Amino acid sequence: MAHATTPEGQQHPIRLYLIVWGWLFVLSACSYLVDYFHLHGILRWSLILLFMALKAGLIIAVFMHMAWERLALAYAILLPPLVVLVFVSIMAFEADYTLFTREVFFRGG
Amino acid sequence: MPDVAPANAQDTTKQPGGWHSLVADWSSDQRAFKSASWGKAMMWIFLLSDTFIFSCFLISYMTVRMSTVVPWPNPSEVFALEIGGTNLPLILIAIMTFVLISSSGTMAMAVNFAYRRDRVRTALLILVTAAFGATFVCMQAFEWTKLIHEGVRPWENPWGAPQFGSTFFMITGFHGTHVTIGVIFLLIIARKVWRGDFDQQRKGFFTSRKGRWEIVEITGLYWHFVDLVWVFIFALFYLW
Repeated sequence: MAHATTPEGQQHPIRLYLIVWGWLFVLSACSYLVDYFHLHGILRWSLILLFMALKAGLIIAVFMHMAWERLALAYAILLPPLVVLVFVSIMAFEADYTLFTREVFFRGG
Repeated sequence: MPDVAPANAQDTTKQPGGWHSLVADWSSDQRAFKSASWGKAMMWIFLLSDTFIFSCFLISYMTVRMSTVVPWPNPSEVFALEIGGTNLPLILIAIMTFVLISSSGTMAMAVNFAYRRDRVRTALLILVTAAFGATFVCMQAFEWTKLIHEGVRPWENPWGAPQFGSTFFMITGFHGTHVTIGVIFLLIIARKVWRGDFDQQRKGFFTSRKGRWEIVEITGLYWHFVDLVWVFIFALFYLW
């Protein structure tokens, strides 16, 4: 009865959800500890992003059952948000330029 | 349009797997999403559009934070609370995170029991989920009240860059609205499960469509998404 997809829905053992729940707790605690121990710089940012990605992956894959959907749906839903990263880099570039002009023209002026 | 796929299309065991399935499903000249019902596929597509909305908020937050010449307030100190004489950084936000994750856990189990047609356990777990969600909204209201008393406004705050207030109220406010809507929907679904609407295929008061157990999973998708968005807000706004 483990992991069957039928027209009536999916059957997974309850234990699976409890394990994922536990992992989400551990990962959240880890990201809280990053702040608690005042980690700084690249280490802080990479740890925050790592724990964020792992938590998001667990929620989407197991809680939202994306791991058991067909690829046609998974790619249709998961690929478009990745394109947002292009938007992020465009706006990072833009913000960098804004900061540059502000520092040049508005500092000590 | 039928709510569920015709029997032959639903039989996914006979269809190819892996990369071939991707090409085959999309070029099948039928329906692209063969394992997901119409309702489930549409909820996913709604969530995709919602992803873009939250992406826009978080990207605009990134833009103003990167481009300001005034120092950004330290979230670790802004959201600190004094409990029992010790000053704990970010503690309220951490508790809110655990509350929301717990609600996702109970929701996942509710979906599981819904597929086993266990009316009582499903309804109870959905109610527990709704209670966690309501707790989260209450804690957020407390947090907002505290910050407003300390002088945070969308246009100014006592600690630094004024954009802090506008992005904070916008992002957490929009997320809180999602949680509130989710709690309302959970209560409606819990009532329907409890009453046995899905066993009797009782028609919905708004859509006039026959009640189906699958609506529990579709509502669950929305609820997990709310938790998912919080993962990103927690990491990018509170911890960064």
